[in-house]
Amino acid sequence: MPLSSAEVEKVALLSRLLLGEEELRRMTAQLGDVVEYVRQLDELDTTAVEPMAHAAELSNVFAPDEVQPSLDRELALANAPKRDDECYRVPAVLGD
Amino acid sequence: MSLIKASATDLLGYLQSGQVSAVELLKQYLDRIETHDGSIHAYLDVAREAALERAESIDRRRSRGERLGALAGLPVAVKDVLCTAGWATTCGSRMLQNYCPPYDATVVRRLLDADAVLVGKTNMDEFAMGGSTENSAFGVTRNPWDLTRTPGGSSGGAAACVAAGMAPLSVGSDTGGSIRQPAAYCGVVGLKPSYGRVSRYGLVAFASSLDQVGPLAATAEDTALLLEVLAGHDPRDSTSAKVPVPDYLLASRQPLGALRIGLVREHFGAGLDSEVDAAVREAVDWFRDEGAEVKEISLPHSRYAISTYYIIAPSEASSNLARYDGVHYGYRTDERAMLGELQESRQRLLQEGDNAGAENLDGTLVRMYRKTRAEAFGPEVKRRIMLGTYALSAGYYDAYYLKALKVRRLIRQDFDAAFNEVDVIMGPTTPTPPFRLGEMIDDPLKMYLQDLYTVSANLTGICAMSLPCGQTGAGLPIGLQIHAPAFHEHRLLQAARAFQQGTDWHIRRPDLC
Repeated sequence: MPLSSAEVEKVALLSRLLLGEEELRRMTAQLGDVVEYVRQLDELDTTAVEPMAHAAELSNVFAPDEVQPSLDRELALANAPKRDDECYRVPAVLGD
Repeated sequence: MSLIKASATDLLGYLQSGQVSAVELLKQYLDRIETHDGSIHAYLDVAREAALERAESIDRRRSRGERLGALAGLPVAVKDVLCTAGWATTCGSRMLQNYCPPYDATVVRRLLDADAVLVGKTNMDEFAMGGSTENSAFGVTRNPWDLTRTPGGSSGGAAACVAAGMAPLSVGSDTGGSIRQPAAYCGVVGLKPSYGRVSRYGLVAFASSLDQVGPLAATAEDTALLLEVLAGHDPRDSTSAKVPVPDYLLASRQPLGALRIGLVREHFGAGLDSEVDAAVREAVDWFRDEGAEVKEISLPHSRYAISTYYIIAPSEASSNLARYDGVHYGYRTDERAMLGELQESRQRLLQEGDNAGAENLDGTLVRMYRKTRAEAFGPEVKRRIMLGTYALSAGYYDAYYLKALKVRRLIRQDFDAAFNEVDVIMGPTTPTPPFRLGEMIDDPLKMYLQDLYTVSANLTGICAMSLPCGQTGAGLPIGLQIHAPAFHEHRLLQAARAFQQGTDWHIRRPDLC
């Protein structure tokens, strides 16, 4: 097993996901399969290779520094699961 | 007269000459959807009334002699990954089931400016992750050629609606083959433009360095017609290219000339279905008979493409999908139940004397994120988020993500070297014909390996298209894939159009009862 279920549980927390017992078991096996497969890249010596983060390797795309209209607040809030007149609402976080 | 089998370019002529009105044309497509989409389920939503109103207004403007856009009156289907202002955009996910975007994607705006009639939003794998449309939260799409089989994915609805005559033109997105593979499986044409050719503004992000929006249609000419509308620089997408957009339709009609075709040695090896192999070789022979020079080439790193892709794409996805937090838009878990559950766990742990365990329980906000995401994402999306999070996490970043970025460059160098020798690279789009629904659902790795021939175009940023080039004995479509260097879409279209002038695979349509 390339991945332990404890590792997968930790990744679930980092991913802000919550897995049930059965889901954790399946995920551990399936992620293990994929991780084992992608380790084939270890065969390649890439010490002298520059990483390629992007297909279009652009740098410094500037836009004129001009004030433009942005999304209206009401529109920005329109899809919020919970809101008041001007803010998104979240469960109380203080005192946690 | 039935217009369902006519090409979009022909339909445009009928509309312009007044042989048919936009309303009459739309009604034929709506009838077709009414009759067949119950069994195929290519559409998540059909905007019947809005489309009819729009068609009427285009007819009115035409009768007044107004100047109209390049697609005036043509129905177009849009993959549900593209934002449409005031019209639900779900990405095939429970997470966005009720999401109504406040703005249009640039490509949607371009379609509207071209006076297209948006007929509906098409089904897809959740957040464009998958190759079968089985990952949609709203039901599978079926292949019009055989309802027990997948139409492919993630743009399965986008390809199926063209194959079934439920839209003449369709817009999809392609991150690792999501336009080309369903096009191959459904016997239609699909083109993944070069990275930066088409704006990604308003395309719900999956993997931002790989995602491109592109056209699907029945013919190469129709694909050219639609690409010309979609393509072009957009100040709202800083990765979109400032490269002029040629007249693709005109370019596609240029004579082929002395084309140099490369066949990739590594693409005709183990795992390739024999009927697909034969059909692709026959298509290449057609080009040879027309005077093309065919030579075998090698892409030595192509066997690493899947690994590279399945590290980079999930890594980018894990970052992009972090925005679904149950706060700004989309689904949120039931707060009362979530708080109750946390409270219960805490009390149970304290009763058991496990103070550390109680201390380590999630805070309410973190638990809200976790429950929200656990409930609203499907299994494939969770797998990819976790795979990406793992590859990017402390201690693994260099071994996986950075390694993959380096191999990505090696793959790119292979293609650069190949294009010094040949004008286009041809091969199969998929290793097999469309598989049966359910066949691979429990084996993600096996499913990923199906993307063998398509992911390289996304990793390297070059353009590629799939067009029908044959059928299996059982009558299932087979796709030929053509690659060209970045910003050489015209070369793809020219080759595809020439092939379609000399063959009839693109005219064949499934028998729908």
